[in-house]
Amino acid sequence: MEGSLLAKLEKISGVVPAEGEVPVFDEGDMVVIATRSPIGHYRMPTYLRGKIGKVEAIMPQMAMDNEEEGYGRNAGSKGHYYRVAIPMTEIWSDYIGSANDGLRIEIFENWLEKPSDV
Amino acid sequence: MSDHHHHDHDHDHDHDHTPITVDEMPSYFDLMETAVRELLVERKFFRADEIRRQIEVLDSRTPALGAKVVARAWTDPAFKSRLLENGRTGCEELGITFYDDTQLIVLENTPEVHNLIVCTLCSCYPRPVLGLPPDWYKLKPYRARAVYEPRSVLEEFGTSIPDDVEIRVSDSTAIIRYLVLPMRPDGTEHLNETQLADLVTRDAMIGVIQVAYNREAV
Repeated sequence: MEGSLLAKLEKISGVVPAEGEVPVFDEGDMVVIATRSPIGHYRMPTYLRGKIGKVEAIMPQMAMDNEEEGYGRNAGSKGHYYRVAIPMTEIWSDYIGSANDGLRIEIFENWLEKPSDV
Repeated sequence: MSDHHHHDHDHDHDHDHTPITVDEMPSYFDLMETAVRELLVERKFFRADEIRRQIEVLDSRTPALGAKVVARAWTDPAFKSRLLENGRTGCEELGITFYDDTQLIVLENTPEVHNLIVCTLCSCYPRPVLGLPPDWYKLKPYRARAVYEPRSVLEEFGTSIPDDVEIRVSDSTAIIRYLVLPMRPDGTEHLNETQLADLVTRDAMIGVIQVAYNREAV
């Protein structure tokens, strides 16, 4: 559904999107969750850092980087959250259950990298 | 604290009970909450009656609202598709307001997929539609185990999901909340929307159980 936003932005010539307005990742893209460990309260659960997943959807509502804003720093432009699908077997090498079992989580853009970056 | 005179529990009751008193000392966090609240009120960030009002808002939200959403989705396919497209606006159609700026994704259980929700970081929960989360939802054993061994956790709730059914665990973070849309049980074709809503419990909308229908009990 949000892939259509990307298509729309590309279709109308002469319209300059704001910084961060065009999603960096598209549905179906493979992503790596960053492994950084900043001190403080961050909303990216540690057990998923460094794991590989697939973008299932781009969240329609852009949001501010509340990790920056939460520390009183200006978070700047809003960015995208992505619903990312990660197989349980990717997260836990000793996972007991079906190989189809998976996890879903919304991750803010600045925690995601392209696999080739790694 | 009031300085009214104290009196014994000697008024006319026709039953015995021990007087209701609070003997325990407030905990560290009780004191911190009181101190922070009083400071914020004193500095006029908000008023005491705004806190009271917000508690009233929270108390008005119960799993009965979520059950209504589920029953409507079971009986109205057009509503269901709008709800799956945008959970928040779907609930808003039924008059359920979102006071906390969260978005809602409704996750549909099917014969192929069973959804379970958790917040590993704290206790994110679809409060506008379900009210306050149960204690176990906020405690570490559930939060840690739901993402590591969901099938064992489900078994402990009495829910057995066959291996060929995919388990999908959604971990709530900052801005998105989830509501599980359970499968409508067989044999409920004759029930109306209100009767269907009565079958839907909080736990089914978290995904730890499925909705059951016991024909003989109804």
